[in-house]
Amino acid sequence: MSLLDVQNLSVTLHTPHGDLPAVADVSLSVGAEETLGIVGESGSGKTMLARSIMGLLPRARASASGSVKLKGVEMVGARASDLRRLWATEVAMIFQDPMTALNPVMRVGRQIDETLRVRLGLSRSAARARAIELLEMVGIPSPEKRYAAYPGQLSGGMRQRVVIAMALAASPSLILADEPTTGLDVTIQAQILNLLDELQARLHTSMILITHDLGVVATRTSHLAVMYAGRIVETGTTRDVFARHRMPYTRALLESSPRVSNPAHTRLTAIPGRPPNLLRLGEGCAFAPRCGFASERCHRERPELSVPDESSHAFACFNPLEVGR
Amino acid sequence: MSEMTRPATETETTEFTTPPSRSLGWLFWVCVGWLGLNVLGAIFASVLPLPDPLYQNYMAINASPSLHHLLGTDDLGRDIFSRIVFGSRVSIAVGVGSMIIGFGIGAPLGMLAAYRRGRLDAILTTAMYVFLAFPAIVAVIAVLSFWTPRALAKIILVIGLASVPLVYRVIRTATMAVATKDYVVAAKVQGATDRRILVRELLPNIAPVGISFLLVGIATVVTLEGALAFLGLSVNPPTPSWGNMINESRTVMSQNPWLVLFPSLAMCLFLLCLNFIGDRLRSHFDVTEVKL
Repeated sequence: MSLLDVQNLSVTLHTPHGDLPAVADVSLSVGAEETLGIVGESGSGKTMLARSIMGLLPRARASASGSVKLKGVEMVGARASDLRRLWATEVAMIFQDPMTALNPVMRVGRQIDETLRVRLGLSRSAARARAIELLEMVGIPSPEKRYAAYPGQLSGGMRQRVVIAMALAASPSLILADEPTTGLDVTIQAQILNLLDELQARLHTSMILITHDLGVVATRTSHLAVMYAGRIVETGTTRDVFARHRMPYTRALLESSPRVSNPAHTRLTAIPGRPPNLLRLGEGCAFAPRCGFASERCHRERPELSVPDESSHAFACFNPLEVGR
Repeated sequence: MSEMTRPATETETTEFTTPPSRSLGWLFWVCVGWLGLNVLGAIFASVLPLPDPLYQNYMAINASPSLHHLLGTDDLGRDIFSRIVFGSRVSIAVGVGSMIIGFGIGAPLGMLAAYRRGRLDAILTTAMYVFLAFPAIVAVIAVLSFWTPRALAKIILVIGLASVPLVYRVIRTATMAVATKDYVVAAKVQGATDRRILVRELLPNIAPVGISFLLVGIATVVTLEGALAFLGLSVNPPTPSWGNMINESRTVMSQNPWLVLFPSLAMCLFLLCLNFIGDRLRSHFDVTEVKL
C-alpha cells in the first residue's frame, strides 16, 4: 500500500457566483520515499488539492468527495482532532511565502519548539536543543543565535529554511511543499530546492512538490502529474512525461519554459488564450479552446484519463501527440 | 549533521543584528509620567498630606489659589486640589473598570468569532450589531436613571457592558486580518490546539490594536463619566469626581472660574495623555510591514 492514496477526489468551492469545481476527480498515489511533482498554471487546482490532502478545506465554503488515505487513514471528512493526530508527525506542509508563514512576533526558535513540545511532548530544554539541531540541519549558520531571532531579522531564504525546519520538526512521512520557492529570489530557489532534496533523501520522507515551474520538477521528482482546470490531464514518471508526453497541454507547458540550449533571442512560446473560468466549464475538454489539435469531438466530450501503461503513464486526450516527436 | 550544513552564501550572511529600537519620543514619557502621577495620586490619596476633600471651611470660601489651598477652594470652602486628587479615583476607576469589563467580555468573543467563523460568528456578530444600533449613551443614561441607589460599581458595570459590542467589533476585525495568515494555518498543521493558536499566535498579533483601543476607550469613558455627572447620574455628591466637580461649579462659574477650570484641566490633560500614548504605541508596534 502506498503512503498516500488519493481516489477520485473532487473539491467544490461554494462561491457567491456559484459552485466552482476546484479539483475534479483526481486520483494519485505517493509511495514511500517517492517525490511526486504536481505542475499546472495558476488556478489549475494545485493548491486546493494540497489543502484537501491536508484536510485544510474551509468547511463552510468547500465540500470534498472521494477519498484521501494517508497510511490508510481517511482524511476527507475527518474530525479536527483526528487530523491533529496526523499533522506534523505524518504529514507536514511547507508554505509558499516565507514572509507570511512565520509569526512575526514570535522568536523563530519558539515556533519550532511548539511542534516539538505539543506533538512530541519534549521538555522545554530538550525542545530547544532539538530546534537548534533542526536549524543547523537546514543550513542556518550560528543556529543558537538565530534561535532567538524574530522572522523580520532574517532574509527570505533564511525564513524559508526555518519554515522547512518547522515542517520537519516531528519527522513527517510526507511533506507537502506548495510552491516552496515562488516567494524567493531565483538565486535562493536552487539552494532551497537542493536542501529539500538532501533532507528528503536523508530523512527518508516522501514529498509532493507543487509548482508551476517545470524546471523545478525535472530533476527532483520521480513522478509527475500535470493539472489543468482541476483535473489531472497527464501523469507518469517524470522521464515519461518529459520525453514521451502525449497531451498537447503538457507540450505547451514544456515549450513555454525557456531553455538554455535555445539560441539567443528565441521567442518564448506562450499558450494562447487564458485558463478557463471554472464556473463556466463546457461539456468538452477544458483545454480544447486553447488547443491547436482540438477536433470537434474535443469540444463536445471530455476525454477521460487513459488506462495507464506498464510504466503508469496516462493522459487525457482524444488526439494524443506522437511519441518521440 | 555537519555534512548537511551547506555554507551560507553571500546573500545570507548579512549580519544578524537587533534593529535599533525606535524611540517613542520624550513627549511619550512625559505623558506616561503624568498618567502615573494621576494613578499614584488616586491610589494613595488617603495617605497623602491632603486636606479632607469633604471638609467645608467657611472661613475660606471661593478662595483663590494660595500656598494654603494650592488650587483654591470652592463655594463651600472645600480644597479643590484635594478634591481633584480624590476625584481622580472615580474617573480612573470608571475608565479602567468598565474597560476591563468591556475587554473581558468583548475581546475573547471577538477573537473566537473571527477565528471560528461560521455560525458562532454569524450569531454573535448579528447580536452585537443589534446592540450597536442602539445609541449606547442613551441606554446608559436610561439604565442609570432607574437603577437606584447609584453606586460606583453599578456605573462601571453599565458602561462596561455598553462598551462590549464596540470592543467586540474592533477585536473581531483585527483578529480576522490575522486569522487567515499562513502562519496561523502553519501553527495549526503543526499540531497547535485552538486555544494555543488563540493565545500564542493571534493574541500577540492583535495586542497593539487592542492596547491602543483600550487607552482610547478609557479616555472615552472618562469623558462619559463627566457627561453623566453633568446630568447628575454619576456618583452621588458630595463624593468628588471630575465630572461632579465640573457640574457643581457650573452655577458659580462667573464668580469663581477656577472652580470649573481646574477639574476640566485635570480631565483634559489626562485624556490628552491617554490618547497620545495610545497613538504613539499604535504606530510604534506597527511592524506588519516586515522589511527585508
